[in-house]
Amino acid sequence: MIRIWAIIERDLRRFRASPVLMFMSTLMPIVQLVVLGYAFGGNVKNLRLGIVDEDHGVPAIKLKEMCQAVSANAATFYTVAYDNQAEAVRDLRNGRLSAVLNIPPLFSRKVLAGLNPEIGYIEDNTDQFSSSALGASLQQMLGAFNASTIAPRVQAKATLSVVEVYPYVPYIQYLLPGTITLSIFVSAMIGGGIIFIDDKARGLHEGYLVTPISKFELILGFTASGVIKAVISGVVLVTIGSLIAGIPDPLNVFRLARLFLLVVMTAMALISMMFLLVVRVNDPLLPRALFGMLNTILYFPSGAVYPINGFPAWMRVITKIDPFTYAVHGFKEVLLKGTGIGAVFPDILFLLGFTLAAMGLATLLFRRTL
Amino acid sequence: MLDVEVLNITKRFGEFTAVNGLNFNVQHGEVFGLLGPNGAGKSTLFRMLTTLVPPTSGSARINGFDIVENPNGVRHSIGVIPQAMTSDLDLTADENMRIYAKLYGIPREKHRVTIDSLLAAVDLTQWRDKPLKTFSGGMRRRLEIARGLVHEPKIFFLDEPTTGLDPISRVAVWDMLSKLKRERDLTIVMTTHYMDEADKLCDRIAIVDHGKLVALDSPLKLKTSIPGKNILEVSFSSVPAGWTETLHKLPEVIDVKADDNVYRISSHNGPITTVELMTAAKVAGVTVTSLSVQSTTLDDVFVHYTGRQLRDALQAPAPQVHLRGRPQ
Repeated sequence: MIRIWAIIERDLRRFRASPVLMFMSTLMPIVQLVVLGYAFGGNVKNLRLGIVDEDHGVPAIKLKEMCQAVSANAATFYTVAYDNQAEAVRDLRNGRLSAVLNIPPLFSRKVLAGLNPEIGYIEDNTDQFSSSALGASLQQMLGAFNASTIAPRVQAKATLSVVEVYPYVPYIQYLLPGTITLSIFVSAMIGGGIIFIDDKARGLHEGYLVTPISKFELILGFTASGVIKAVISGVVLVTIGSLIAGIPDPLNVFRLARLFLLVVMTAMALISMMFLLVVRVNDPLLPRALFGMLNTILYFPSGAVYPINGFPAWMRVITKIDPFTYAVHGFKEVLLKGTGIGAVFPDILFLLGFTLAAMGLATLLFRRTL
Repeated sequence: MLDVEVLNITKRFGEFTAVNGLNFNVQHGEVFGLLGPNGAGKSTLFRMLTTLVPPTSGSARINGFDIVENPNGVRHSIGVIPQAMTSDLDLTADENMRIYAKLYGIPREKHRVTIDSLLAAVDLTQWRDKPLKTFSGGMRRRLEIARGLVHEPKIFFLDEPTTGLDPISRVAVWDMLSKLKRERDLTIVMTTHYMDEADKLCDRIAIVDHGKLVALDSPLKLKTSIPGKNILEVSFSSVPAGWTETLHKLPEVIDVKADDNVYRISSHNGPITTVELMTAAKVAGVTVTSLSVQSTTLDDVFVHYTGRQLRDALQAPAPQVHLRGRPQ
């Protein structure tokens, strides 16, 4: 036990000596949470819509006034008036406009005659988010434009009566479970098995391999110190992240206890995974090169940023064996839905099984000699 | 009593045989030196004896423990200073010592006394709370020596303990090693590239080349084992044909080796050969551009047995880390 503690103490003292590394490893996920949360979470605004009025009738004016109402209120877009379509389309192609609305010459007459008038709509479809936001806003506006002023005597429209089980979840909160998992992962990357590789590269390992420490004590020491660092990172993210994302009642002790359990289980799974991946690696550059790929392959298929249901079948295979999936699911349940331990029990079970399997395999592959 | 018994030990890396059936013993209290050019197999031998690399065949017993069957018995008996500096630069001298005391399972209550006495022995007491990254190379090496003795081992293994140190630090390390050996009744096994170091410190020296033992004796006996008492190194402006034969015929000359324009003449009597050489040069009209006469040194012994100059080692220092491929 004293030898395991020697490895942990050595590692933690070294970590303490590098406060910048410690700070950066926590800061990176927070920055990602804030940037992604606010970048993707808000509504698209201030798009430029060119309007070419070739009609000048009363319905056309009404339509333009409705557009101005949108720009004054929701501000999804604001309008720019053009005299002819060619000029507007040229500006669209040059990126000055997101779309062009063309009210054709006989528009008002057709409206008044009830002849299903068409409005020309030319859009820049390279940016799907802007295009769909603008399209949805205009469709809604046209719905209001088309509504009869006198309602029919019998209403026959079916509508959804929505009951929301949980309070509104902004995107930044939706992102938080993935960010906590990511912070544990970053910590596992820079503080897990890579420490042993760095020791090997610098020849430091020869120093402790000539002492009577056993292979098992070495592995346990490295894993435990990695888990401690990853747990610290996870706890910081749970606390600061909850405050930043505006999770209601962020300091609820019972929920924090459940979250702590999940943080520990996730840290153990990710540290063991990293140890297994690098157990036979000698080149310190390889894990650094792995970082980007692992980050992508573990983070995105886990459902941290987009629902799993939208993934193709091959990606769902990765999702199934990805420890991120279970960690993210667990954190989502506890953070966003406030569920008890029962709901996350399968996640904890998977993470525990994953840890044991990875550690068992890593122990088999670990070489105590040079 | 035998502290180290090496029994037909062999190490192969694929087709390459790094150590080829070595046998030797080290008595308790001896300082035993391992010499050899780079790639001779001495570092591999060192690593096998310190349980870092398993042998392919054969074995060794350290303090009575077999390196293969009871490596932990060996590890408790030996202190090891590897070639690379293996202490943590981010940690202080005291923290490094404490962590190694724990790795050796020393009871906590003994830490303070042991560390205090060792740091005093290597003159580092006043720097105990400073991080190692502020230490000079010599100070780091002294700390490693203290660290290697934290569990009071019987046998001390040092792999090139003074490589990279300035002359003053080297002498300081020698003095400390001699003192520690005396006070702690240590047996020392060391590798080195410095012949003066081996000559000064070692009771016996083994010269290893191509994985085999080519000579093993005390420095004095090794020096007398090679022909000649003196070596003359002479260079000439230009030499006539058959000059080497002329030199061979000079009185007391045993051997002449020519390397470019430098002639190494081994002689039973340096002064007589020198006088006759000058006369012969004058008669032949050859100008002597440089001349030195030396007593036989371990360098000469080394060259005699390995057939190579030590400068090979200076041109290609042994790598401290083996990321891939075969160790030295």
